[in-house]
Amino acid sequence: MRSLKRLWAWFDDITGTSKALGPPLTHPVPNARKSRWFYVLGSATLAAFLVQVVTGIALSSSYVTGAGQAYDSLRFISGTSLGSVLRGMHYYGSTAMIILIGLHVIRVYLMAAYKYPRQVSWLSGVVLLLGTLLMAFTGQILRWDQGGFWTAVVAAEQAGRTPLIGNWLGHFILAGATPGGATLSRFFAAHVFFIPAVLFTFIAVHLYLVVRNGISEPPKAGQPVDPRTYRRWYHALMQREGVPFWPDAAWRDLFFGCIVVLAIFLLAVIVGPPEIGKPPDPTIIQASPRPDWYFLWYFALLSLIPNWSETFVIVAVPAIFILFLIALPLVAPKGERSPLRRPWSIVLVIFMVSAIGYYWHEGVLAPWSPHMDAPPLPESVVGVSSGPIADGAKVFYDKGCEFCHRISGYGGIRGPDLSDSGDRMTRAEMVTRLYSGAANMPSYSNNLTPQELNTLLDFLQSRHRAYKYKISPPPIAQALRAP
Amino acid sequence: MASNLSNDDILNAAPGPGPSRQVDPQEKKRRTFLTDVGVLAAGIAAAIVTVPAIAFLLGLRKTPTIWRSLGRVDDFKVGETIEVSFADPSPLPWSGVTAKTAAWLRRNGEQEFVAFAIYCTHLGCPVRWIPTANLFMCPCHGGVFYADGKVASGPPPKPLSTYPVRVNQGLVEIQTSPVPITTG
Repeated sequence: MRSLKRLWAWFDDITGTSKALGPPLTHPVPNARKSRWFYVLGSATLAAFLVQVVTGIALSSSYVTGAGQAYDSLRFISGTSLGSVLRGMHYYGSTAMIILIGLHVIRVYLMAAYKYPRQVSWLSGVVLLLGTLLMAFTGQILRWDQGGFWTAVVAAEQAGRTPLIGNWLGHFILAGATPGGATLSRFFAAHVFFIPAVLFTFIAVHLYLVVRNGISEPPKAGQPVDPRTYRRWYHALMQREGVPFWPDAAWRDLFFGCIVVLAIFLLAVIVGPPEIGKPPDPTIIQASPRPDWYFLWYFALLSLIPNWSETFVIVAVPAIFILFLIALPLVAPKGERSPLRRPWSIVLVIFMVSAIGYYWHEGVLAPWSPHMDAPPLPESVVGVSSGPIADGAKVFYDKGCEFCHRISGYGGIRGPDLSDSGDRMTRAEMVTRLYSGAANMPSYSNNLTPQELNTLLDFLQSRHRAYKYKISPPPIAQALRAP
Repeated sequence: MASNLSNDDILNAAPGPGPSRQVDPQEKKRRTFLTDVGVLAAGIAAAIVTVPAIAFLLGLRKTPTIWRSLGRVDDFKVGETIEVSFADPSPLPWSGVTAKTAAWLRRNGEQEFVAFAIYCTHLGCPVRWIPTANLFMCPCHGGVFYADGKVASGPPPKPLSTYPVRVNQGLVEIQTSPVPITTG
């Protein structure tokens, strides 16, 4: 024991370890009292990031960065029990990181901790937030199944909307004229080297600034930040009621971080990693690319906005969001911090969270996506097995109507539900709609023979509210057999 | 006195030219010069490393446009649209299945063919030809195109892009092209 102590003293003398680590670890932090658990979100994000680093390194030791082999190597990794757990941890680790960094940003924004002298803490945090989102996005592509492949194409198309350099930028993302061998390597380099290097650097800056400027105290209404007096006031506050970071606050960070890691591990073991889709073969047309959950709300947003605003939303909205984040600490470096005195901050957070929540919910339902795998209507829905109504039901399926229109629970939900179309529209109205089409419905004027049109109308006129939700044969349909 | 200093005291009181020491103008000039030399050397070294790296990253491989055969003219029926696939102009050896490209080929007449890109002009998802409906449909956001590639409904801002096609000695040939990117 004594020799160990002497060894430590010798090591500490020649390295200065305790002198370097002691003050940062024990620097005084505010006694946050009721809001003290809000202060663990940043460190919990870091905990999730460390999970990503460790599991990512492990996964990369078996992953093959070749467009032709990545898919098979990932299937191999998933086939081993530990590989499957590691993939799951990497997936739920990214999920945790996105959720925690989002909550951390909200906490810091509501408490206005970006004000003097912590402006650069916020700005470095903006880089970390964007880097985290980029990691989530590039990570999905590295799965290099059909979804990953088409995500790269969709990313290139979105970048293509950028004014002037759009075409170049789109092909830069694909690393060539067509998505292929070079595309995956590009995303791998970004995901494994470039963005992590940026994250490591800015995490260091972020942490250094926490030690230099101290953790922000919980705001009090009527206690505005004045750059001329703040440092002296904060110093006095720490003298009066500060507590050493280690262990008074650090235990909470470690405890919550442990819960986060445990949750990631349990989800990976119990739920398992995300499914690997079909191979990234561009000639398999049966593909319905969907982003992972983190960007599902954005996918929904692009689907629900009017077409004319699309380029603006794709290019300008992210740019405005980033500009807002950068401008915030520069424009408002002083004044009230309490959200009670900044009611607009609460309104903005509620608006953002509910908008993302709404679009996310829509993204899960994806009502704008045609259900191209919908089965033909069964006889129990059509009501008859032969005759014009049955023929019309076949036309309804063959012409793709059912991909977008639901009848008695079958089909897509992009267009109106036609389960009771016979009650709502006359034959003439139906003809007009079929011929003229609509913004989201093609015109069928040159696409239906008179015979097809008549049977389709017979079928649609036979749909009535009385059995909208019944799957059993509607009796009236039997009577309408001969129109 | 000196013997009472601990190691840390000595470290904290590091020796060196403190601000109080008088610097003669000649020495000051020399230091300015040495600073310039140091910054310049670091700049040159950094440029030597980063310029080729960034140029390599930004440079896109120039791919030739070449004609790929899709099959004999007689293999295709007039009025039919079918999926064809062909190899990229110069696929990388490790591309695997991603070296392929698909297109929708339609035979309009005896010698008349048109090939549509599978990429929806909205956001690039693969459109599917529904033969019974005579329409191309996109599974992502519900874009629909008529058989001639014109927008029928939904968000696509422009018609499906086409590849040049020709008939050469009884063979249908398609010219490889970059992925069409819809610009803003």
